[in-house]
Amino acid sequence: MPVSYFLVLSALLFSIGIYGVLARQNAVLVLLSIELMLNSVNINLVAFAAQLGEAGVGGQVFALFVIAVAAAEVGVGLAIVILIFRNRQTVDMDEMSLMKW
Amino acid sequence: MAEWWQEGIFWLLAVVMSLSALRVVTARNVVHAALYLVGTLLGAAAMFVLLFAEFLAWAQVLVYVGAIVVLMLFGLMLTRAPIGKGSFDNDQRWLAALCAAAVFGVTSYVMVRAFEGEEISFDRTTPITTETVGDAIFSTYVLPFEVVSVLLLAALVGAVVIARRDRE
Repeated sequence: MPVSYFLVLSALLFSIGIYGVLARQNAVLVLLSIELMLNSVNINLVAFAAQLGEAGVGGQVFALFVIAVAAAEVGVGLAIVILIFRNRQTVDMDEMSLMKW
Repeated sequence: MAEWWQEGIFWLLAVVMSLSALRVVTARNVVHAALYLVGTLLGAAAMFVLLFAEFLAWAQVLVYVGAIVVLMLFGLMLTRAPIGKGSFDNDQRWLAALCAAAVFGVTSYVMVRAFEGEEISFDRTTPITTETVGDAIFSTYVLPFEVVSVLLLAALVGAVVIARRDRE
């Protein structure tokens, strides 16, 4: 089975995630789209690990690391979103213009 | 084992994953978006099983579906997201779609060209087992492993500090 099947699938999921990050207004939905992008990278890593066999174990190890980093990112990201909601009563991305100039 | 069997599973999972990913970014109901993400993540876990990564598949189910999606649902509830109402897309949606299509075109073209003819063989005698993964984590990759644990601790402390309500 060609490895490029998996590569194209993960490219598709990654671009869907990009669309979500750019087009969604709710900050929590943007975080969901970021999870889609991180997950598509994992598919790439595991597909290459399967292609390389014994030598590709690093692919699976780094996919585990990506899962751990994604968990940390969601924790901090949601804390920031909740803090913004507490201060401004909205999580609309278009309203968050404090750091624009 | 016949190759067509794995290919059939792959196409089934690919269709399910892409459709639910599309629904994640287009659903009008925020809770439905989070639940469609579960479809994509479980599809990815099944894909990992197909690619000899059983341990990773279970880690995916536990961490992503068990923890991250539940955390997202809590986030939606705590921020009082308007459930089941209106569109959540902003007016640059067509630009965003164009950008995503361009990224998809370029990355898939480059990757298909770069890895032309490389095959995953499913009848290998020595697939990667959980034992090999564990050995690799605690020997070759022990330093990144420790760095990840420090990162998790920092994220834990950071999340508590950021989200805490200040007593005045």
